[in-house]
Parts: sequence; C-alpha cells; structure tokens
Amino acid sequence: MPTPHYIRPIEILLVEDNPGDVRLTQEAARETKVHNNMHIVSNGLDAMAFLHHEGRYASVPRPDLILLDLNMPGMDGREVLRLVKSDESLRRIPVVIITSSQAEEDILRAYDLQASCYVTKPVDLDQFIKVVKNIENFWLTIVKLPIE
Amino acid sequence: MNFLHSHRPFEILLVEDNPGDVRLTREALRDTSISHHLHVVTDGVEAMTFLRHQGNYTGAPQPDLILLDLNMPRMDGRRVLALLKKDAKLRRIPVVILSSSQNETDIQSAYELQANCYITKPTDFEQFMGVVKEIEEFWAVTAELPLVAKQGQTN
Repeated sequence: MPTPHYIRPIEILLVEDNPGDVRLTQEAARETKVHNNMHIVSNGLDAMAFLHHEGRYASVPRPDLILLDLNMPGMDGREVLRLVKSDESLRRIPVVIITSSQAEEDILRAYDLQASCYVTKPVDLDQFIKVVKNIENFWLTIVKLPIE
Repeated sequence: MNFLHSHRPFEILLVEDNPGDVRLTREALRDTSISHHLHVVTDGVEAMTFLRHQGNYTGAPQPDLILLDLNMPRMDGRRVLALLKKDAKLRRIPVVILSSSQNETDIQSAYELQANCYITKPTDFEQFMGVVKEIEEFWAVTAELPLVAKQGQTN
C-alpha cells in the first residue's frame, strides 16, 4: 500500500484522561511505520490551551490529527469538539472520537458536530490495541491529512 | 452501529464519473465479507437528487457512507461537499473524498468543508482495490456510524 509521503513527523494530540488507555495508544502509535509524535493532555481545558498555544503550551506544534475522548473531568470532549469546529484556525484538523460511550446520541451528536469519525473503545485489552492500530493505520497510512 | 454483525447491508453511495474506477470499486467491495449495497451516481447533480430522494430516487436508502470524487461534470465534488455539510440531515453522513488529485489546495479545502477524510486514488489497480477495502473495513467495522433515517423519508 502506498503510504502518503510526509516530509516531517505527524503530530498527534491525544486527549485522554485514563492513563492505561494513554499508554496503550502510545505503544500502538510507536509501532506505526509513519513517523509520528504523540502529545498527551488529560482534559478539555488543557486540550484547548494546547491548541491555542497558551501558557506552558506556547511552543507546541499544531496537531495534524486529534484523538479525543468524550468523558473527561472539567471540560469534556463534546465541548472540545464544538470549540475546535467553530474555530477557523482549527476546524480543518481531523478529530477522531475514541470513547467508551456507545450511546446513540453521542454518536449522532459527534457526527453532527463534524467529528471525522467515532470509535468505541473495546473493553478487552487485545481488542483495544487492535482498534487503536486500525485507527492509526487508516489515518496515518491511507488518509491524506491536511498538513500545514 | 457497525456492520460486522449487522442485520442490514452497509449502504454506500459512490459519486464517480470514471467507469473504470466504478468497476474497480465494485470489484473490491465484492471481495470482502461485509454485506453491502453500492449505489453509483456519476455527477454531483445526480448525487444530490439521490440524497434528497427525488426524481428516480424516491425509494433510495440514505447511505451510511459517501465516496466522493472531486472532478466531475455538471456539479463537482467540492460543490456536493459544501451542500451536504450545510444540510442539517445530511451532514452526519461520513464523506470520504476519493480523488486522483494530490493538490494541497484540494486537500486543504476538502477538510475546510468538513470532509471526513481525503484519500488519493492509487494509480495501480491492485493498490486502488486495496484502498477501497481499507475504507470499507474502517467505516463499516472499526468506526461507529449513526443510525440513519428509514428508507424513502424526505425529512
């Protein structure tokens, strides 16, 4: 399969509060053949600070892809999605929702708000790793991301 | 929902004017074990008629996924994408741009218009079919899609 040719590593922002899920996602990303850097924040407020280069995030790169959990303390993923999609400078960045919620209203609302896609986290560890690898395979090697 | 163990087929609308690409897409999808219906329209005007259940398409199902070429006669994919994403009922349907264009402007503007993703068509037949299978695998199995309105509803 021809891999999209990127001249620099892909910058991924993972917005996830569960440390176990963070670790699994990082490990899966490390194994992908497309060079990538993964940045982690654990809540919506930090996600927005990261995206706006505020405070300690003054020098972070702009993400090429956002992996976004829904249920987090403080500002949740739904609000982050809304804010990203209403921001002219951020709305082009694909947002992949990765969440344990299987609620139909969460799925529908995510697509209505223009999330690129919605993926449910499997409970089983091996299935979880498989799903994260599928996400990374699709978004890093099949899709052409809008690189700026 | 996801379509691995679904009670109904995965409905795909392919908006593509190149008959060769249509045939390759059809063949690639036939090869997989996911039960699907492939609907094909060859330009943007027909695509909108299909999606609005008008003309010949009053009984057409709402697709679960739209594969959208960019360069087509009458109404091109950019215009279709803009119309879809402005429509309150249609904007929730994932749109995969599948185009031979590798032009950065086309890629940027597709994402600006909220295409769910942009994929460049491989020129090699085998690779093209491989990409179509990956698209189906991701959207029908890995991703969760919204339950769609029943067939034939215009609102």
